[in-house]
Amino acid sequence: MNEIAANVLKEDPRAIARLITFTENGDIEASKAMKDIHRFTGNAHVIGVTGVMGGGKSTLICEIAREFRKKGKKVGIIAIDPTSPFSGGALLGDRVRMMELAMDKGVFIRSMGTRGMLGGLASAVYDVVEILDASGKDIILIETVGVGQAEVDIIKIADTTLVVLVPGLGDSVQTIKAGLMEIADIFIINKADRPGVNQTVAEVESLVDIECSNEDRRTPVLKTIAKEVNGIKELVQEIETHKKYLKNCKKFDIKRKKRYEAELVEIIRKRLMNFIFDESKFKDKVELLIDQIYKKEIDPYSAADKILGKILK
Amino acid sequence: MNKKIRILIAKPGLDGHDRGAKIVARSLRNAGMEVIYTGLHQTAEMIVETAIQEDVDVIGLSLLSGAHMTLFTDVTKLLKKKKIEDIIVLGGGIIPEQDIPKLKKEGISGVFGPGTRTEEIVEFINKNVKK
Repeated sequence: MNEIAANVLKEDPRAIARLITFTENGDIEASKAMKDIHRFTGNAHVIGVTGVMGGGKSTLICEIAREFRKKGKKVGIIAIDPTSPFSGGALLGDRVRMMELAMDKGVFIRSMGTRGMLGGLASAVYDVVEILDASGKDIILIETVGVGQAEVDIIKIADTTLVVLVPGLGDSVQTIKAGLMEIADIFIINKADRPGVNQTVAEVESLVDIECSNEDRRTPVLKTIAKEVNGIKELVQEIETHKKYLKNCKKFDIKRKKRYEAELVEIIRKRLMNFIFDESKFKDKVELLIDQIYKKEIDPYSAADKILGKILK
Repeated sequence: MNKKIRILIAKPGLDGHDRGAKIVARSLRNAGMEVIYTGLHQTAEMIVETAIQEDVDVIGLSLLSGAHMTLFTDVTKLLKKKKIEDIIVLGGGIIPEQDIPKLKKEGISGVFGPGTRTEEIVEFINKNVKK
């Protein structure tokens, strides 16, 4: 077995951290180790936390992690922040709200930039979930970037998706919009000490009434005040109940297969894109085609045919 | 391969002034780096633990309280103890001239005081981080 993979299985934080870096950078070392660890994965409960910017996701994750720690579970946290489309850099600041966990050996936190990926996730996030899972984490919490209404990729990877809202988000029209509101396994109205909380809860509840009228499970709507550790115990209970529900009705396996499908697509996408846009023999040709599109000598569809024709013989 | 430089910006000790650290963090982001910002009141143990998990190339410490001789070197000592040799440690803030050679001897590779151009810090990091 690959040395770094062996050390990941021994829960060595430096090996875990280094392998994550390799996968983020598309390092050749990464795929060797990833091949070795896959058969040791599948045990962790993957929990996605998404929702509006400034909704208190980081604070909430910190408290959820602490509650799971009290139960003796080992926790991995992936905190994703946007990469600047201009500089390629990123300011990853979610840890500021998680410093209470910094010295806990049972918690591993990693901050990631989206690095060009849309949908609220980072491209290497599938790999990072596998790595944390293989390193013995029972719970993996993923914090997406602060989302609007369309960044819903988290459901491809999470077993349980938490959607975090805050009071006073706007009238009920907002709540029936597609996207974010459809993906919740549990709704959380955080900052529940703010005015307007009852109205927001009522609006979300009425949405759930419609959405879940034909379902065997009704999406719970919980109130929390993460900063005061209020409502966290109940939330963690609901998370555990949801996992039991998935296992009982076999939806767990379906979700997992969907995740592997998304992961497979992502690996292929990355390899293809690197092949087309980074390999030197192709790169020049692509640039030439872009130039021709600009000059109207060729259209984008025919240019795509030309590129793909070389690969899909 | 698409390596990005990762850097941890941290404020050790009880000093509550983080304007400088935030400006540096922003400049490094604009230079294409991934900056992990952990905020105020960090212990050496917290900083080193975070640096390990985040697998950073550089730790940037900022201090304006005058306790840099103790707090900066606590971090480099702990790194040494854990046999971590591939992380560069930089310091910034109000650091008297005469302390700089002593800090360098203790493993702080670069010290950037008030008036430093942010480009200077970017250049230093780009030059010193192994590609």
